Amino acid sequence: MRQLRNTPFHERTSALCQPQNWRKWAGYFVVGSYEHTIDREYWAIRNAAALIDVTPLMKYIIKGRDAARLLDRVTTRDIQKLKVGQVYYTGWCDDEGKMIDDGTVSRLDETTFRMTAAEPNLRWLMMNAVGLDVQIEEQTEGVASLSLQGPNSRSVLKRVCETDIEGLKYFRLMKNILGGVEVTISRTGYTGDLGYEIWMNAKDALKVWDALMEAGHDYGITPVGILALDMARVEAGLFMLEVDYTSASHAWIEAQKSSPFELGLDWTVALDKPGYFVGRRALEREKKEGSAWKLVGIEIDWVGMEQLYAEVGLPPQIPGSAIRASMPIMVGNVQVGYASTASWSPLLKKYIALAHLQKPYYELGTDVRMEITVEHQRKHAPAKVVKLPFYEPEWKKK
Amino acid sequence: MTTNNYDAIIIGGGHNGLVAGAYLARAGKKVVVLERRHLVGGATITEEIIPGFQFTEFSYVVSLLRPEIIRDLKLPQHGLKILPLPSTFTPMDNGDYIAGWDDHDTTRREIYRHSPKDAEAYDEYGRRMARLAKAIKPILSMLPPDPTSLSPKDLMGLLKLGQFASTLTEKELYGLAKIMTQSAADMLEEWFETDALLGTKSASGIIGTFLGPRSPSTAYVLLHHYMGEIDGAFRAWGFAKGGTGGIAEAIASSARAFGAEIKLNATARQVIVKGGRAVGVALENGDEIYAKAVLSSADPFVTFLKLVESKYLPDDLIHSINKFRTRGSSGKVNIALSELPEFTALPDSNVLHRGAVSISPSIDYIERAYDDAKYGHFAKEPYVDMIFPSMIDPDMAPPGKHVMSCFVQYAPYDIEGGWDDAKREAFGESVIATIERYAPNIRRAIIGKQVLTPADTERITGITGGNIFHGELLLHQLFFMRPATKWSGFRTPINGYYLAGSGAHPGGGIMGAPGKFAAELALKDGI
Repeated sequence: MRQLRNTPFHERTSALCQPQNWRKWAGYFVVGSYEHTIDREYWAIRNAAALIDVTPLMKYIIKGRDAARLLDRVTTRDIQKLKVGQVYYTGWCDDEGKMIDDGTVSRLDETTFRMTAAEPNLRWLMMNAVGLDVQIEEQTEGVASLSLQGPNSRSVLKRVCETDIEGLKYFRLMKNILGGVEVTISRTGYTGDLGYEIWMNAKDALKVWDALMEAGHDYGITPVGILALDMARVEAGLFMLEVDYTSASHAWIEAQKSSPFELGLDWTVALDKPGYFVGRRALEREKKEGSAWKLVGIEIDWVGMEQLYAEVGLPPQIPGSAIRASMPIMVGNVQVGYASTASWSPLLKKYIALAHLQKPYYELGTDVRMEITVEHQRKHAPAKVVKLPFYEPEWKKK
Repeated sequence: MTTNNYDAIIIGGGHNGLVAGAYLARAGKKVVVLERRHLVGGATITEEIIPGFQFTEFSYVVSLLRPEIIRDLKLPQHGLKILPLPSTFTPMDNGDYIAGWDDHDTTRREIYRHSPKDAEAYDEYGRRMARLAKAIKPILSMLPPDPTSLSPKDLMGLLKLGQFASTLTEKELYGLAKIMTQSAADMLEEWFETDALLGTKSASGIIGTFLGPRSPSTAYVLLHHYMGEIDGAFRAWGFAKGGTGGIAEAIASSARAFGAEIKLNATARQVIVKGGRAVGVALENGDEIYAKAVLSSADPFVTFLKLVESKYLPDDLIHSINKFRTRGSSGKVNIALSELPEFTALPDSNVLHRGAVSISPSIDYIERAYDDAKYGHFAKEPYVDMIFPSMIDPDMAPPGKHVMSCFVQYAPYDIEGGWDDAKREAFGESVIATIERYAPNIRRAIIGKQVLTPADTERITGITGGNIFHGELLLHQLFFMRPATKWSGFRTPINGYYLAGSGAHPGGGIMGAPGKFAAELALKDGI
């Protein structure tokens, strides 16, 4: 009874997972890595086609005459402008304008939406739906989802989909038949590369997996676990709930909460949309007064870091995967922020991190130092505030 | 036609010439890179020799490309991706195989299958080599000091070297001294007993040299190649997206973005010298281009003996360059395949096709191959290092088809009677026949092939002797002796003329360091 759930792809993923490296994600077991080292999986995302089981994402269907009104009220985007077949990325806030969660909202038809979230949000949606003509249904278990990411992902889908996906634009979706099964395909993902997410009835999961693996064989399709995904999302400048920020609904203290502006989501806050939405007044105030914090990218100066290690006779020792730990960021002797995820970027050959910095240190080009532990000693490696994303290939949106 | 407005001319659009051009342009200099051929890259090229099939014609893997060059020149933004080669697979004559993986424990278990003793030695050997390589690796990113100089700068340089060596224990220092003189075979036989393991490891000691695994000083060559592996996950070791041509294209794109001009089909004939200073380059087509400095990324023989008149050079330098060992000893066979070769040692699996496949069943096997070469013949049963680029980067071949790159040693440049079509064909056949012994379906899988002898390498790339390292990586041709004593500092006896190719410190391989160093020195000299 105490077992976590397996996803509908378990029969396939468990047979392929050599190191028995499993991770817990929202109550499910998912593969951490399929091989003993994650290099090949990482490079499948960046150079071929990576097949990732993302079923544990929370999924809600929001339906009814007032569905758009509900989402317009809950999220910071202008949902009235969302066209059928379009997807928005958005965060949603509490009344104080602090982030509760983030995810995507897809308009499946005029009055039907799918919302994804990292954590359960049913209660929050219900609370905001009082008096509206809308039904909310959670579909996390019933709908399986696969993320197919990488520059060859389009070629794989072209080979296996009944309707050509060539014209499917960035953050749009379409219905399709894949391996004889009805699916929805959205051009979305968590890697910052060309990529798609495929949504299907859970009972059809294996058929879709098999069809993709077969069609992708000649394009280097590779099952990829969430450890490699974690590196790619840092390169893409994408943050993660409960790693890079704390949900306002879980925070113990005010200081743990973040506004969308503080997370760099200015572009998702539609203050020009008509009417009330949750957090509006607080966000308007923050917009006027400026944010105290900002999530930025920092690049650690490799030569500077190499020197710190050379002092004790070592080459740099950082893990070849993403590090989820809080690392203080200094200017002079004063701590001005912290990094929440750091990662070696095999593509950029750089050590990069997502960091929360206080005003005014979050400006691009600011020289800072990040704490690292060199042979049990605290040291500070030189670093610089840089533009996010760290990596954005031209084919991401093409 | 005469143009007069460049700060620097770079002769040769190989990876070093391009790196030099990019660094100079990045510093705001007006730069032109002259490339003989219709494409950049030199020996770092990918060409579609058979429609749909991308061949990494000469160099095929990358190990030492300096990460600071990748960052400085923003190569990832220009398309550079270095993909992992996770394994090495050596089929054995008894029908079994031995493999090495990117996971230490998996490799140790695999070796254990053959010899528990070797499996344990492998742990210690790996540590020892890594520590030695780490101690001498800083040399690669350092300008070579002159050991006879009393200038404080050179003395500082030597001191720095001493410091790195000081991280070694006394035992390791003796080990290092031994490695400097030993043969790869002697060194490895102190550690291991499994023939195929010995054969495969010893092969790193002979690549790019005209020596056998039992020749003294090959142990050092092995260590030199080991340096590409010590940076763990941060290394730039692997297979470049699009083949090695992908690296050249990325550097060229970066150079252009910094403002460098790259002229293709532009063959340098002679460096124009006035008042003891290089002031320009005369091209084969009669054009003359003038600049404040000229950097040659051609090999030392071409740089010193062909591109400039000998009256500008001291006799001892001319003599040294004449004797610089640059005889090619290897060939390449590139093959387009309709299906993957199936190795009898590992049927129904293509997991190991993602890495290297090595035909090196024993040290004696390789030494015998060398015996053929020593007396002017290509090896009838050669050492072959194969990779399947299409298994690593699916864009290298049409869907469902494959390309295969075979590095073959030995094929001497000075073959008895000279190379001709019949000998080239026979050489290619010896390679196919060798592979066929371990993968019988290879012959029916061949759609087309390209066989390249050292003579072909010389003809196509212009590298003297067809040695892709621009001169063998032997201890007496490295560091402050590369390419000649007193002239290891990229400068030449002609002011404003620099050596910026693999024939300079720290040597060949797709490293880019000679190009970077030469450019930095030229900048320092105030061009």
